[in-house]
Amino acid sequence: MTDTALRKESPLTDASPSGVQPLTFAKALNAALADAMEADPSVVVFGEDVGPLGGVFRITDGLTARFGEERCFDTPLAESGIMGMAVGMAMNGMRPVVEMQFDAFAYPAFEQVVSHVAKMPNRTRGKVKLPLVIRIPYAGGIGGVEHHCDSSEAYYAHTPGLTVLTPATVRDAYLMLREAIRFPDPVVFLEPKKLYWSKETLDLEELRAAAAAAAGGGTGSGGTGSDTTGSAVGRAVVARSGTDATLITYGPSVPTALAAAAAAAEEGRSLEVIDVRSIVPFDDETVTASVRKTGRAVVIAEAPGFASVASEIVARVQERCFHSLAAPVRRVTGFDVPYPAPKLEHWYLPSVDRILDTVDELQWEDA
Amino acid sequence: MTIHSESSTGNQFSGSMKHAGADTGGSVENFMLPSAHPVQLVDPEGQHVHNDRYPLPDGPLLLSAYEKLVVGRRINEQANALVRQGRMAVYPSSHGQEACQVAAAVVLDPTDWLFPTYRDTVAVITRGVDPLEVLTLLRGDWHAGYDPRHHRTATQATPLATQLLHAVGVAHAAKLRGENTVVLALCGDGATSEGDFHEALNFAAVFHVPVVFLIQNNEYAISVPLKHQSVAPSLAHKAIGYGMPGERVDGNDLAAMLSVLSKAVERARDGGGPVLVEAHTYRMQAHTNADDPSRYRSQSDVDQWVPKDPITRLRTYLGNLQLLTEKEEQRIAAAAEEMAGVLREGLNSEPDIHPADLFEYVYTEKTSQLREQAAQLSEELLREEAGND
Repeated sequence: MTDTALRKESPLTDASPSGVQPLTFAKALNAALADAMEADPSVVVFGEDVGPLGGVFRITDGLTARFGEERCFDTPLAESGIMGMAVGMAMNGMRPVVEMQFDAFAYPAFEQVVSHVAKMPNRTRGKVKLPLVIRIPYAGGIGGVEHHCDSSEAYYAHTPGLTVLTPATVRDAYLMLREAIRFPDPVVFLEPKKLYWSKETLDLEELRAAAAAAAGGGTGSGGTGSDTTGSAVGRAVVARSGTDATLITYGPSVPTALAAAAAAAEEGRSLEVIDVRSIVPFDDETVTASVRKTGRAVVIAEAPGFASVASEIVARVQERCFHSLAAPVRRVTGFDVPYPAPKLEHWYLPSVDRILDTVDELQWEDA
Repeated sequence: MTIHSESSTGNQFSGSMKHAGADTGGSVENFMLPSAHPVQLVDPEGQHVHNDRYPLPDGPLLLSAYEKLVVGRRINEQANALVRQGRMAVYPSSHGQEACQVAAAVVLDPTDWLFPTYRDTVAVITRGVDPLEVLTLLRGDWHAGYDPRHHRTATQATPLATQLLHAVGVAHAAKLRGENTVVLALCGDGATSEGDFHEALNFAAVFHVPVVFLIQNNEYAISVPLKHQSVAPSLAHKAIGYGMPGERVDGNDLAAMLSVLSKAVERARDGGGPVLVEAHTYRMQAHTNADDPSRYRSQSDVDQWVPKDPITRLRTYLGNLQLLTEKEEQRIAAAAEEMAGVLREGLNSEPDIHPADLFEYVYTEKTSQLREQAAQLSEELLREEAGND
């Protein structure tokens, strides 16, 4: 199906991208792609409907017109083909940025991703690097029909060799995509669909300067927690400071967690919110420092909780912060069911209420 | 390598047309359809079979290819022996298929790319990659022992048909970069049932990239015979549906393999787009040493292929032409023994393996998680060493 019906409005702003102005998440991604293509002629964008249409979410809007159909082109409808061809193109000197139209549409490409994308540098003792980016619009909250709203991050996070990033802010959308494209290893770049229309007032020129500065700072997969290079790979950020408990989350759930923290503040409870950003590599340092400070933690993610990224984070926090914890680390996740039909999804998704209820259960002395 | 056509008229692989179909000026059907029977230039009795479309390669080329054929057979024999001696973990033999292996390597220029499967060790060695680096995979030290970019030879693929898409990607990148590169991608009959086979051929045709797909139809996908794999008139006929020419060739006839593949490579290099070639051959031995072929085929079936052996027929043909003298045979035998010696000597030494290598090459820069795990293993090793003192 084509999914224009899913879009409430064009996610792109009409204003020209210069000066301080409201910028959507989608436009930030679009600008990142265009700027990366401008900076590096080996960057090529391809996938289904990414050419003249500009992608079903318009993230690739205008790229074919600006850079030509050799740089941004439509492929036959075949995800394994897209992925496999990207492997070969990366082997031969290009930097492919491919779009898997929707999370669940990426599954036919799964063998290529896990057997080749993830393993090629290892198989060849680093002789063949695969600098490619797999962009996947993922997760729900947009009223999409089935197979359009999966949170598939655990599949990729479980596969050594893949770097898995997911931005939650407009600023990160731009900077993290630029970083992913210049990264030497393959990156699964998960774009929270429901954030495509979110806006921040930003100066695109300032973002470009920040990207250029970060480009001079190394690959940044060290996960040291310090942010000297501006790298997001392996680096979580404190999205909101707090003292009483830590909400650890990423991607589509970041705004929900921030809303929960704002609501909690009104009740006198100070919650810190960590935006993980880089699922692989994972920034233990930032997360651990926060939980040691607050003594309580809730991990929030849309995906079904069983055997999930949320489970992994809980395990890591328990291992590292056990003596600082005043209560067991809890999770607020999707239920262990297939992603529900649109009219049921609000029951499924982690909500502000569910987060606050869970925070209330963290064995408070005043309870 | 180039074999010049005797006549380009009606030759389905000649010309430099942008799109298939216009090539012959004839009907699309005539252009696309593979030969009614596999192309053969030297029959099992060692006699030349005339073919209007495919010239017989000249004597010196056939003689040099014959040497590679004999060496290839010796590689297969030696590798099997090394498995029995426990020096290699596994070896999927291409005994009987050496003509396909040699031709696939010989028709390419050094700047072209070869995409082999796990059974194509002889092709990779024939291409000039260090034999011991080639056998690293099957010995069990690492997944690939050579640098694919340096040798323009991909790692030997174990999943079926996935590498065909990589070949398309390399060719597409080459085209975008203006390189005069052809990619030859190998697969077996079983791989033609995989989705990636379809996607690769379709992508190659749609993007009109210089890829030659070579199917080595050796009649069995482990235990499953071809009739359970496909009921198409031939595997080469599948090309028609993708809009590319297909051709069938006697895979045990090195002369025919060289001629047909050369034309296909030449056509691809001239901008003619992809070609599908099906080589009819037979796997004379087990799938690997873990296989028991007596469960799915009789020895009499296998024996029927003995007279079609690629080495005997070429030896007879070259002998009749007095190109292959006894002295020349001795020289070739010595070259084959020298290769066997290299394999034995290399495989008999203990590989240098470091546990810390587990954490290498996963990412360009180790993640903090991998650094922790590497430190943990390092401590384990130190404790073990201390315990042994």
